[in-house]
Order: sequence, then structure tokens, then C-alpha cells
Amino acid sequence: MKPAPFEYYVPDSIEQTVELLHQHGDNAKLLAGGQSLVPAMNFRVVQPAILIDLNRVGELSYIREGDSLLRVGAMTRERQLEFDSAVAKRTPLLTEAAPFIAHPQIRNRGTIGGSIVNADPAAELPVLMLALNARLNARNASGERWVDAQDFFVGMFSTALDPDEILVEIELPFASPRTGWSFMEVAPRAGDYALMGVAALVALDENGRCTEARLVYLNAGDGPVNAKGAARMLEGEIPDEPVIQAAADSASQNEINPFGNIHASSDFQRHLARVLTRKTLKQATERARDGLQ
Amino acid sequence: MMQRYPVSLTVNGVSYQREVEARLLLSDFLRHELGLTGTHVGCEHGVCGACTIMFDGQSMRSCLIFAVQADGHEITTVEGLAESTDQLHPLQHAFWEAHGLQCGYCTPGILMTMIPFLQENPDPTEDEIRHALSGNLCRCTGYQHIVDAVKLAAQKMK
Repeated sequence: MKPAPFEYYVPDSIEQTVELLHQHGDNAKLLAGGQSLVPAMNFRVVQPAILIDLNRVGELSYIREGDSLLRVGAMTRERQLEFDSAVAKRTPLLTEAAPFIAHPQIRNRGTIGGSIVNADPAAELPVLMLALNARLNARNASGERWVDAQDFFVGMFSTALDPDEILVEIELPFASPRTGWSFMEVAPRAGDYALMGVAALVALDENGRCTEARLVYLNAGDGPVNAKGAARMLEGEIPDEPVIQAAADSASQNEINPFGNIHASSDFQRHLARVLTRKTLKQATERARDGLQ
Repeated sequence: MMQRYPVSLTVNGVSYQREVEARLLLSDFLRHELGLTGTHVGCEHGVCGACTIMFDGQSMRSCLIFAVQADGHEITTVEGLAESTDQLHPLQHAFWEAHGLQCGYCTPGILMTMIPFLQENPDPTEDEIRHALSGNLCRCTGYQHIVDAVKLAAQKMK
């Protein structure tokens, strides 16, 4: 036996889940894919008194394509996202980044909602939620509310969710036309935690000038780091080599705050951020230009 | 006395019913409750891949799933691969032929990762094989013979 004992509940609806959360609140922990929670329980770093298993709540697992949005249920497995054709068409950044989320065995079990709520600064999905301008639907026994991704991640492993709330749905706006995307990261071994990673989006007008850009970093601070200043440096410009270079220098020097670890000093992480920013912006710009033709 | 929960599941085509504590990991359930010790336990936090099994046909870490969660599901372990004790599965045979193992500790997890991988991708490149292997640690072989074995298996299984 590795984990400490806990009381176990297996609701089969959202309604039952929020009722359980209402009763048990802070004492309860929700079990989604368990790919981060169960390791922590095996080490007894986390010892929830009550575990509420979401794996039988079928209504939390779906990918629906609307007119301008994708709606993704929180219990959708990462592997489903990776191979979903609507995701590939509407939010290609997500499809490109999904294979970087741990290993296939983990993605078969891990969920989009679980990774978002875990809010690991080194995880891909929180970064992608910021990059894609996601909105997150939270529910408790008395109702629901929507939280923008940029307000959702409030610190290391912490989110705007209250103890009695569950993340139910992720709303992802379709990529707009003439928007290019790119995701890159550097990890010691495929599937390991990345030393640094960047999601980039570049939108161009008919003349090839950047109307909007986004740069979001993983493992670069105590949550996903949105480098708004560097993104603004691109706006109104034709994203050529010098413009991209300047944005990469600025983001890596001024906007991220990597802590360094046994595999990489913070200086090396900044170096990686500069190189990856350059590469992702270049690729995103090229893809946006392809969209112009 | 801890509460126990009924679990009814299929492992390698055989139905089992047991009562377990909720905190019992699927890896420990397979080994200690069912005596299926082919599923190995390495790091027990999802890093090494030794405990990989197939859960409804998909490879997963059995150390990161509670046994009670397998209720109603179909599990395949390494014991379910060979048709009989003297007839190995083509993948196992390829590992034997290409010296794809030394101590063998990581092998069951690698086999249970490669079965669905080769089903999805019957003609993989070396890069794809290495990528698919990235979630399984081997401390003996340097991976080269494992990659060779998977290539050989892909040829045999066509």
C-alpha cells in the first residue's frame, strides 16, 4: 500500500460531484486522470481525506465544434485532443503541442481539465490555454461562472477555483484566418518536463503586418508566463528577422523569470527561451503568410 | 477496518471479482491479488514505465490507477501476450531474437507499450520507435537492441 487511506466516492454526474464538493469542500480532492495526483499520493506528499473520482462522469468527456468555438469537456483525455480532427482544424496549436505532453501512456489517461487545474508551471496545457485565449467554466452546487485563462492561473499549482468548484468545460475560440502558430520545447528526453517551452501565435493583415501576437512560456516563472510586452513589439510591424530578434531578446531578458534547476541554470533557460522564441515566431509568421495566399 | 469496494474486471480474458481497499494500486492488485507478477513495479510514480499495462487496449501506467477504477474494464498484462508457454507472441520472439533485453526488468512494460504502438503504426521509422519508447526506462541495454527488436517485430507482424 502506498497512498494513505481515503474515503472514496464515484459520482456519475456533475450534479452529484458538486453536491459532494459542497459537503466536503477542502477535505476532498477530485481525481481526474491521476497522472500528477496519484504520484503525489504514492509518495504521501498529498493525503486527501476524501477522493472524488471523476472517471465515471461521462458527461465531462467530449469535444464539440460550434460556430466559432470548440467546447471541450474537462475529462477529455489528452490523447483524444491529440488526434481529434476538429481540434486540428480549429486550434492547430493544440494539436502541435499535444505530443509534447508527457508520454503516450500518460496522455492515454491524463485529462485536459486535470492538467489545467493542477497548474504546474512546467506543464503545456496551462500555457496553451493562455495562448488560445480559452475561457474556463467552473461549477459548484449553487451555479456556474466563466473565468478567462489569464485570470485562472494565480500562482504555482494554484488556480482561481474555490474548494467547492469543479472545472467543467474549456471553451476555445477558433484560430482566426491568417494566424500562424508554433509550439517548441527543449527537454532532456522526449516526454520529460521541458527545460523551456514556448507557444507563439502571429496574426497578419493582408499586407503582412502583424495585427496581434502572443508568446507564452512554460517553466519560466510560477505559472504560464504571457510575454505581453514582447508580443506588442511585433504588432504593427512586418515580422522580419530584426523584429523577431528584438522580441526574442526582450521576452527572454525582461519578461520571464526562470528559476533554474539541476538540469539547467536560469541563464541557460533564458538562452533557450531566446532561441525558441526566434524559431517559433519565424515558423508562426511563415504559417500566417501561407494563410495569406 | 478500512472500507472495501467490489471490483469486477477482466484480465487477459479471465474475469475476476475481488474486494479491495480504494487505495490499492492496480499494479499491486495485479501482482498481489491475482499473482500476475509479470507486471513489474519500478518507480511507482509514473516515470519508469515498468508497470505499463493495457487498459481497454491502451497502454497506461498501472501504478497511477487504483484497482477500484478498473471495475468493468479490460486489462491486458504481459502474461496475456503469448498463446502458450512454448509459443511466444511475435513481439516477444523478436525481443528474444534481437537480444532486446538484458536483465528484463523493463521488458514487460516495453512490450505493453509497443503492442498498441505497432497496431497504430505497423511500419514505424527508427525515430518513431525511439519516440514511442521514451516513456520506458531501460538501465542495461542502451536501447539499441530494443529498437532493433521492435523493427524486427514490425516486419514479422506485417
